[in-house]
Amino acid sequence: MTVIQKKADNPIAHLSREDIEQIGVELDAIRQEVVDSRGAKDAAYIRRVIKTQRSVELGSRAVLLFSAFPPAWVLGTAGLSLSKILDNMEIGHNILHGQWDWMRDPKIHSTTWDWDHATPAEQWKRSHNELHHTYTNVIGKDNDLGYGIMRVDEDQPWVPRYLIQPVWNFINACVFEYGIAAYDLELGVVLRKKDTKNPVFRANLKKVLGKIRKQATKDYVVHPLLSIPTGSFVSTLLANATANVVRNLWAHSVIMCGHFPEGVETFEKRSIDGETKGDWYVRQMLGSANISGSKLMHIMTGNLSHQVEHHLFPDLPSNRYGEIAPKVQALFEKYGLNYCARPLVPQVYSAWHRVVRLSLPNDWLDSTTRENLPEQLVKLYKMVTGTPRERRAIQVSLTRAARARRARSDEVLAA
Amino acid sequence: MTLLRTRVRRLAEAATTPLVPADFFDLFAPLRRGAELRGRIEQVRAETKDAATLVIRPGADWAGHVPGQYVRIGIDVDGVRQWRAYSLTHGPLADGRISITVKAVPDGLVSHHLVHRTHPGTLVHLEQAAGDFVLPPSGGRFLFVTAGSGITPVIGMLRNLFPSTDEGVLRPTRSARHDVVVVHVAPSRPDSIFIRDLEALDRAGAIRLVSRYDDVHGVLDIDELPALVPDLVERRTLACGPAGLLDALQGFLDGKGLELLTEQFRTARVEPGEGGTVSFADGRSVTADGSTPILDAAEDAGVLMPSGCRMGICYGCVLPMTEGSVRDLRNGEITTAVPGESGAIKIQTCIHAAAGACQLDHS
Repeated sequence: MTVIQKKADNPIAHLSREDIEQIGVELDAIRQEVVDSRGAKDAAYIRRVIKTQRSVELGSRAVLLFSAFPPAWVLGTAGLSLSKILDNMEIGHNILHGQWDWMRDPKIHSTTWDWDHATPAEQWKRSHNELHHTYTNVIGKDNDLGYGIMRVDEDQPWVPRYLIQPVWNFINACVFEYGIAAYDLELGVVLRKKDTKNPVFRANLKKVLGKIRKQATKDYVVHPLLSIPTGSFVSTLLANATANVVRNLWAHSVIMCGHFPEGVETFEKRSIDGETKGDWYVRQMLGSANISGSKLMHIMTGNLSHQVEHHLFPDLPSNRYGEIAPKVQALFEKYGLNYCARPLVPQVYSAWHRVVRLSLPNDWLDSTTRENLPEQLVKLYKMVTGTPRERRAIQVSLTRAARARRARSDEVLAA
Repeated sequence: MTLLRTRVRRLAEAATTPLVPADFFDLFAPLRRGAELRGRIEQVRAETKDAATLVIRPGADWAGHVPGQYVRIGIDVDGVRQWRAYSLTHGPLADGRISITVKAVPDGLVSHHLVHRTHPGTLVHLEQAAGDFVLPPSGGRFLFVTAGSGITPVIGMLRNLFPSTDEGVLRPTRSARHDVVVVHVAPSRPDSIFIRDLEALDRAGAIRLVSRYDDVHGVLDIDELPALVPDLVERRTLACGPAGLLDALQGFLDGKGLELLTEQFRTARVEPGEGGTVSFADGRSVTADGSTPILDAAEDAGVLMPSGCRMGICYGCVLPMTEGSVRDLRNGEITTAVPGESGAIKIQTCIHAAAGACQLDHS
């Protein structure tokens, strides 16, 4: 991926200033329709989801008190994973976005809610709602792109340590909630700048550790202790660990699908200077990707499967995204923009493909075939062990080979 | 014992964090002892074409009331939590249920919902009974002046003084010292809530009822009062009704050097305007025009404000507005906080401008 401004075929080049402002007007109208019709049905929806989540959690934890008995372990772990996913996705993420603030229920409110997650709600709201949602996909501004820890763009120079980024990405997926906590703390930046004595960082760190301690005490101490009478201490502990990992892997997959798949655009920092609401909308439209699927799938992803709609209107109730999706898609078509939507598996594959592709030197994957694999591996080995100068030389040959290959396939297509 | 209880509580909290044990108990027993005070509406009974009595089973912590007092009830209308105060209208009930009687007033969002669209089984939020519009238990001679739904706190008092049973109206000894005249004003007899109860009390000799219907007698002139109640000066007057009537009555009784105890629920409303003064909890205030976000106006005046995206998406700037109106600059929508009704409403200061005077709980 290359920032949209540097692309040869810039996908918004055909839009006039008037077009962009008109897109803003039309999207505002879609938003207003939902605002005007928000009501008792929506309120009943979120309360039903919360009630379901709490019942499933209570039931699963009760079943896990007998987790030494294998069927109880399986049932309880599945239920606990489900309840943790609901808590984080459809409930926590969306309430913390202020999607349900309009109900004026002091308990279901962005300022009072907390979730089953390592990061305290307050810190997450700042890094997610404010930074990620405002500066979506702007290189250098939106840390969700992951360039702090990964190579996510061809323009980032390749160095050998990126080769392990698929492994690193998988490890991050398994412990995702802690990754997010570290990310909300801007731990990477703080460590790099050796700024660990900063009082704001210290205060935030204390809050994170407090939250982690409470969550871990519940899952790894209290619940296993309560299971001792049936001899289920260890099995309940493992059940909690499994449920946390399942939730982490699921959340990571869904979030990767939101902004990582091929076809999603990134933007230059200076491109947002003087950005209008219309420009902002267009950036959200091109910077997000949807997952198509069943209603259950949408609920399990917290309706982040409607990532495009969510990024256009982060504070509309999640249960309404599905209903406005056709209107939003029609708007994409009207203005000749790419509505990026695929089913879950292809979308996750696409995101992982990009992680792998970018872990390798630019054009390495594109210029590799089954026949030339051995020599390509030699080139890669030389790039890892060689001097920067040798690396640059090999890079030139890779780019040339990939370009030749693309030209050939274009000819085949033309023929 | 206390130590054990504390330990069990701590354990339960550790097992439910970040929720609290009550969040799970509420799934099964929302009316249990120790829960937030709630009630379940068990019956909705029409009184007139636009008034209904709601019989409510209160939570176990309901502490009872003194007849004449009101209860504040929180109910979700179109998904939005609203609070209103209603007089308790039930007489002695052995089953511990309580009742309020609501008249659907014009433009009354909540009253219309309660009268016409509320179904048995609905859970509502409650506060403990409050109010000093009550009768002294020592007894005495009283005049009640009620108009329209202003009868509701009075019927609560009368039903407890003189319980109505299958055998007719009872006159227990505790009520012997209460001598009551009721002047009830209404547009017409069919519009009068509880008129049959009042007439039955009158027939039984428990009270003297003077009904005044606009369609029969014309609109009541306060100066007619001495003719209707000749021993007026010997009575303590309690009144409940619209502001116009109460003001006239106050003026009339002041002229005679008599006291008046009143009850009134409708709060005065201020029409939203363009811009206004934004006041903060610490007493500072900022004048803001109708097109500048409160966030910008306050910051320009040197008030330190929480902020975030400044475009209405991140909710990092929300502050509680305790009173007043604001306008959403994106779509013109007005949000109004009325003390005692809406409670404090948390508003996004980055996309709302003042629409009249408003008070923010922030310093």
